[in-house]
Formats: sequence, structure tokens, C-alpha cells
Amino acid sequence: MVGIVIVSHSEKLAQGVAELAGMMASEAPVVAAGGLDDGTLGTSFEKITKAVDSVYSDDGVLILMDMGSAVMTAEMVLESMPDRKIKMVDCPLVEGAVVAAIGSSSNQNMEEIIEAAQESASEKKL
Amino acid sequence: MTDSNKVLEIIKQISEQIQMEKDFLTELDNVIGDGDHGINMARGFKEVEKKLADFSGKDIGSILKAVGMTLVSTVGGASGPLYGTAFMKAGAAVGAKNEMDGGDFLNAMDAAIEGIKMRGKAHEGEKTMLDALIPAYNAIKKTYEENNDFKAAISQGVEAAEKGVEYTKTIIATKGRASYLGERSIGHQDPGATSSCLMLKVIQRSL
Repeated sequence: MVGIVIVSHSEKLAQGVAELAGMMASEAPVVAAGGLDDGTLGTSFEKITKAVDSVYSDDGVLILMDMGSAVMTAEMVLESMPDRKIKMVDCPLVEGAVVAAIGSSSNQNMEEIIEAAQESASEKKL
Repeated sequence: MTDSNKVLEIIKQISEQIQMEKDFLTELDNVIGDGDHGINMARGFKEVEKKLADFSGKDIGSILKAVGMTLVSTVGGASGPLYGTAFMKAGAAVGAKNEMDGGDFLNAMDAAIEGIKMRGKAHEGEKTMLDALIPAYNAIKKTYEENNDFKAAISQGVEAAEKGVEYTKTIIATKGRASYLGERSIGHQDPGATSSCLMLKVIQRSL
């Protein structure tokens, strides 16, 4: 199964998104990498690296992130692991995470999950 | 010529200056950003300072790369990947030299600016650190090429960076957290441009 890493400035937000995604697909390897080591707001290169390590397999890992430094720090983690199968997904964090977790638990591959998660951006709520 | 020890000394001075300006940078960021620029930069450079002893004896490229890696790992906000990439690219541009001249500095600064553009997908005129760094680079290059005097060149660079910081007050932020504020960002100077200007001032003062 494709591993999913949720990156946010907020530890609580990342954990909450991972929790929500797990509700729909408890088998999916979804892990949160939010906030800094001391729990304050920010994004941590180390935390993201460890999170990727913890869910990495030959199926690869997808990173979903909120904004700003979350995107840039995730990018640098990717660059530090050039031989690995890792991609960032440009999608709404909550909806994308739910869709990605379901995709992962139904053994979709990285490309299929990316496509589905990106589509969640155009789904209207109202 | 500036040798590795001088580079270490300048980095230490930059760190000290950032610690001193921590509250000011955070105040600027409180108005148009997420209010963490000073805190984040101070945390990152504090870690850099702790590692300076380990860097001694290394070539300038390795020192700058190590500074960049430390900032990426410890800053925690957007300035981490941005300044981190800048220092790492500058280090790669200088390479394994133990002394650098004005030409090396210009190459390093050019690589740093390109790194920030790449990492932030940013350009001049978006109310970012680039609005201080790019005019500074152009001024340093012009003066250095004209009279080969790096001290005079960096002074021109600082002047251009200060003007750049002033210019950021007049424009709308279209990159970073401040972009969510739209027109409300007008009238306030960019914290990233301010910290970039501060670093150049430290370099000027130390030469």
C-alpha cells in the first residue's frame, strides 16, 4: 500500500487529518508530520523525513501538505531522497487525504491516487 | 580576499544581529504574516552558531552548505527552506575554496538568488526577500566590475537593499502568507527583505 504523509504547520491539524483519513480506511498507512519538535507551529524537515521513513515501501509515499513552508520543506525532503518513490500531491488537505487513504487501502498505485486526490479539488460542497 | 575563518566570523555576527533584531522581525511579520519570522530566524541561527566550532577548518563551500542544512532543519518556517536553499546554493557555487574574492561572492550571491527563486517560485516585485537581494546584487556587480573595489561595491549593495526594503512597503504581496491579505499588505515592509538587508549590512560592516 502507498504510504501517506500529512504535513501541516500545526501538529494537531496534521494528526486530525490523519485521524479523519484513517476513519475511512483504517488499514492505510497514513502518518502525521505536523508542527515543530516542541509542538509549536511550523514545519520540520526531520519530522517529515521520519514520517516518510515510517510508511515507506516499494509502493512509494505520497506527501499532502498545507501551505508555504510545508510545501517547500516537503520539497527539500524529497530532494534529499532522490532514489525513492515519493511524490507531493497538490490537493485540498482534508478531502485529498481521505480520498488518498481510501485509494491506498484499496491498493491503488501512486498515479491513480494522485489523480483521485487532485480531483477532490473540483468537487463542490454546495 | 576573505578566508574561511573570516566567513565563520561573519556568520557568527549575522547570527548575533538576528538575535538582536528578533523582536523587530517578528513585529513586522505579525502585521502581514504569521508572526514567526524573528523567532524562526533566531532559532535557526542559534543552532548555526552552536555548530560553528565544528565548521572551523572546512572550506568555504562546505561551511555555507552546512549553514544552509542547519537552517533547513531548524528554522521551521518558510525562511528555513528559502535561506537554507540560498546558503546551500551559494556553498555549491563557491566550492572547495579556502579564500574568496568579490567575483566569488557575486557568483555565490547569484546562485543564492536563483535558489530562492526556484524554491519559492518567486520573482522580483512580489514583496519578498528578492526585492532586497536582486537590486543589491545588481548594485554590487556594477560597482565591483567598474572599480574592482569590493568594499565600495557592498556599500552600494546595502544601499540598494535598503531601497528595496522601502519599495516592499509600496507593493501588494503576491507570494507567501502576506498574499492572503491583498491590499492590506501595502504600507508594510516585508520581513524577509528586511532580514536579507540585515545580513548584507553585517557583511559590509565586517569587511
